[in-house]
Amino acid sequence: MISKKTKFWGYKRENGRVGIRNHVIILPVDDLSNAACEAVANNIKGTMAIPHPYGRLQFGADLDLHFRTLIGTGSNPNVAAVVVIGIEGGWTKKVVDGIAATGKPVIGFGIEGHGDHQTIMHASAAAKKFLQAASELHRVECPISDLWISTKCGESDTTSGCGANPTVGNAFDKLYPLKTTLVFGETSEITGGEKLLEARCRTPQVWKEFMGMFDRYQAMIERHKTSDLSDSQPTKGNIAGGLTTIEEKALGNIQKIGRKCKIDGVLDKAETPSSPGLWFMDSSSAAAEMVTLCAAAGYVVHFFPTGQGNVIGNPILPVIKICANPKTVRLMSEHIDVDTSGLLRREMTMDQAGDALLDNMMRTANGRLTSAEALGHREFVLTRLYESA
Amino acid sequence: MIHFVVHEKADGVGVVVVEGCSKGSKATGWIMEPDSTVKVELKSDIPIGHKVALKDFKVGETVIKYGVDIGKVVAPIKKGEHLHVHNVKTKRW
Repeated sequence: MISKKTKFWGYKRENGRVGIRNHVIILPVDDLSNAACEAVANNIKGTMAIPHPYGRLQFGADLDLHFRTLIGTGSNPNVAAVVVIGIEGGWTKKVVDGIAATGKPVIGFGIEGHGDHQTIMHASAAAKKFLQAASELHRVECPISDLWISTKCGESDTTSGCGANPTVGNAFDKLYPLKTTLVFGETSEITGGEKLLEARCRTPQVWKEFMGMFDRYQAMIERHKTSDLSDSQPTKGNIAGGLTTIEEKALGNIQKIGRKCKIDGVLDKAETPSSPGLWFMDSSSAAAEMVTLCAAAGYVVHFFPTGQGNVIGNPILPVIKICANPKTVRLMSEHIDVDTSGLLRREMTMDQAGDALLDNMMRTANGRLTSAEALGHREFVLTRLYESA
Repeated sequence: MIHFVVHEKADGVGVVVVEGCSKGSKATGWIMEPDSTVKVELKSDIPIGHKVALKDFKVGETVIKYGVDIGKVVAPIKKGEHLHVHNVKTKRW
């Protein structure tokens, strides 16, 4: 059982935040810089490149989100140091300066005027120094209130709503009073359950802000839809797993925030919360997009309940998979960290399931690799708001 | 043995949680709140994770799960039959 006295072994960063991993990442500002970043990561064993397809000609709110996601990823306390590479110096410096505000080691390289060879050579030298310095950092004992925990479910089916998602809810209800920092999101996957959240919001103002985000998202769907979305939301996988409507899926989704904890505030995409508590992030319901936004907001461990067996991971945010579908647990066991299928046989109580997840969380926080980490799942997917200029 | 799970007593559907639930078999359901059981004779083969109707539904009726509206009935459903996208649709979008 966890309590206010529970401690874990983490990496204390320059800004006071605590990470549970010690990555040195090679971060491209744009698609053109992926090759150089991957070359540096190949030269310096133990560093990790995080390639992605965007970062050119974006503008306005979409560009702000791009920078917020990259700077947030580099600033995440699971990251010890960052080498940033971009095609141009200007945007590269913006990302470097953003990460440098945390006080952690960071350096940037622009490719234009130098070429890949020179860039890779200089960036590799910097990455080697960062990696060797990071390898001498030690874990220290930290209070559980230093943990930031995010959740998002995927490839859901009906067992998610009666097993895996309420397991996360049970754990959230136990973590909330310990002054941890929690988040959930998936704006479109509240559809049909939005009125239930009114009673869960801390204040009428939080409810109003949530409904503003919810209504905006619904209007976006209404604007672009060409059908009742029955090929997209629920997904074909959701339907194969027995989920019939978005309302049913949403009610299962909401089980993840338990029964007691209150929503203390709302966050824009990749926005860092300002205090402990439970936050709602306006976000995509696509797994890798949402998990990437959680990592960029500063979360250090993720609860991912699944029914049909989503295999997602993230480069810097350990993703713990919870599953209550006995068929999925049998057929895809290498992906599942916490098996709560006993819930549906009445062999396990919800309290026991929540405790099993919290036990796995503590082991993960102390250094145990999740299944997604061991299998090399590093999905890093940036959310785009609209077309490039 | 539990064959299906019902979230709340007022729900009109249960979720099959074991493999191999076939037409004609007698299935036992666990109502999570309050903690009790219910029996239904299955009128369809129902895959794991899919729903069984716990009452007869007419076209236009609302299906309740978790005690909440999850959609509307678009084809008649008999107690014990498979309830899914072929007879229930969203009320949104």
